[in-house]
Amino acid sequence: MTAETRAHGLAPTGQDRRGDRVFGGAVRAAGVTIVVALAAVGVFLVAQSLPALLADGGELPGAAPSFLDYVWPLAFGTVWSATLALAIATPLAVGIALFISHYAPRRLAQGLGYVVDLLAAVPSVVFGLWGILVLAPLVQPLYAWLVDNLGWFPLFAGPASGTGRTVLTAAIVLAVMVLPIMTAICREVFLGTPKLHEEAALALGATRWEMVRMAVLPAARGGIVSAIMLGLARALGETMAVAMALSPALVIDFALLTPTNPSTIAANIALQFPEASGIGGNALLATGLVLFVITLVVNIVARLLVRGRRGNR
Amino acid sequence: MTTDLAPAIHATRPFEEDLTGRAPKWARSGGLVISRSLAARRMRNRIATIAVSTAFALALLPLASLLTTTVIQGLGRFDLAFFTQSMRSVVGEGGGALHAIVGTLEITGTAALISVPVGVLAAIYVAEYARPKVSSLVLGVVDVMMGIPSIVAGLFAYALFSLLFADAGVRSGFIGAIALSVLMIPVVVRSSVEFLRLVPGELREASLALGVPKWRTVTRVVVPTSFGGLTTGVILAIARVIGETAPLLIVAGFTASMNYNPFSDRMMSLPVFVYTQYAAQGPDPVPFLERAWAGALVLILIVMVLNLVARLVGRAFGRVR
Repeated sequence: MTAETRAHGLAPTGQDRRGDRVFGGAVRAAGVTIVVALAAVGVFLVAQSLPALLADGGELPGAAPSFLDYVWPLAFGTVWSATLALAIATPLAVGIALFISHYAPRRLAQGLGYVVDLLAAVPSVVFGLWGILVLAPLVQPLYAWLVDNLGWFPLFAGPASGTGRTVLTAAIVLAVMVLPIMTAICREVFLGTPKLHEEAALALGATRWEMVRMAVLPAARGGIVSAIMLGLARALGETMAVAMALSPALVIDFALLTPTNPSTIAANIALQFPEASGIGGNALLATGLVLFVITLVVNIVARLLVRGRRGNR
Repeated sequence: MTTDLAPAIHATRPFEEDLTGRAPKWARSGGLVISRSLAARRMRNRIATIAVSTAFALALLPLASLLTTTVIQGLGRFDLAFFTQSMRSVVGEGGGALHAIVGTLEITGTAALISVPVGVLAAIYVAEYARPKVSSLVLGVVDVMMGIPSIVAGLFAYALFSLLFADAGVRSGFIGAIALSVLMIPVVVRSSVEFLRLVPGELREASLALGVPKWRTVTRVVVPTSFGGLTTGVILAIARVIGETAPLLIVAGFTASMNYNPFSDRMMSLPVFVYTQYAAQGPDPVPFLERAWAGALVLILIVMVLNLVARLVGRAFGRVR
């Protein structure tokens, strides 16, 4: 290595080594920041929740005897509304994804994919506004009819809500909101199924539906399940749509159409937090911690399922 | 897989029974009854096609309804006053969302200033520097962060700052920006890593073989090559957090007045504006709802423009499909 090549900057100089150290340090610091940030989310939530977790009965909002009694109806409402939303969204998402991947003409399919992505971009508060001002008045007569004629069925037990602001309305709004992500995942999985199997099925005389059942759906089962789990995680954490679309109460009730509906953890925080003080605020933070843990578990299960599917291939 | 296809071979004639007198296993599995007549199979196919198309049409209905309602209702107050006035001492008609628009720009801008450097640098660490085990650990953390509900991010920011300032009523735009960063950083990292990994290894090898130090290889070769993708990812991340309501509702609070200083006092943002106009209606709800819809229209327009810009940037740099 002569002085000449060094002058051309081909060999590392002291400045280069310093640059490597500085830049390498910066990117490492950024990586560490992310890990620290996640840890901080857990630590600070726990720290601020402790007063409520350790509180005696009577101090908590609603004079709940213990934190568990306080959070239980909310946790129920969270899981119940998310489950309803998924029950509505799953068949639709699979149908839309199939339509885009296997039914629509290719040129149309691309535009349709964009339309579905557009749904994902609409802010949740707009969905909430739409849910309460457009959807709720629209479905209220239907709810009244259901209660009148099918009221013997426990889910449709009366009295019917006069405003349409029920857990079912919230679940419909949630379903519309989680559709895009579920559709996107399903679509990708459907497009990734082995093309040769599909062609073989068609060549052997299968109808399109038989081809889908034999060559597409079996290969995509894992992907559909992970789409459901990710949609579930979204629905569990969604706040504004639920806060706006149902009239909340601290009850555990499976009935879909009544004026008293179980609130969700997230909606309860959004509605109560501005006025909360003292131990009430801590209690809300503690419910947030519970929500964090629930979504964490759902997300991890979803990832494990995705990984398991990849491993099987 | 191949066994699943076996029924199709015999699809047009009844399958042969085996010695036990029962249908062979492949013909019984999967619920496909092969002896069904051609007409029945055609009918099922038609029903399935109709069901799939209906599902699609059904999903388009809410979107169409939402967009048309927002545009029709929102245009009522989509006027000059809406963009030039705040809600200070407005009790009925009139007023605007200037304070909310300024707040949204400042809060989202601050969040981007924090999230973009941290997110892109962390992505470079994951894609270029870290050992495989470390990099999958960081990506795992990023995935977990992606799953944090937005309201929990708000609670975290509140918990952090209320402890720091020992003030249970602490509210400011900056805390909102921190909450948004928690949501935005993982999105930036995820998309950036994907685009950095698209850069061909030969480019790095060529640069390193010429004796260029690693940091200059990354900043002069890898990053410029994936610049379009990185920018697209950042814009989409901004579009994702700009509509966030819940965390800002609890940590930035709401106000009717202008506040240009993100570091003190409550700060309005556009999504929270929409929510409060709906939630705190006056005796005559009409002007409040009109303002709410106008705010929703502005939000949708912002998000759509951001998505469009992201698409154009991606196309201009030719690295996005």
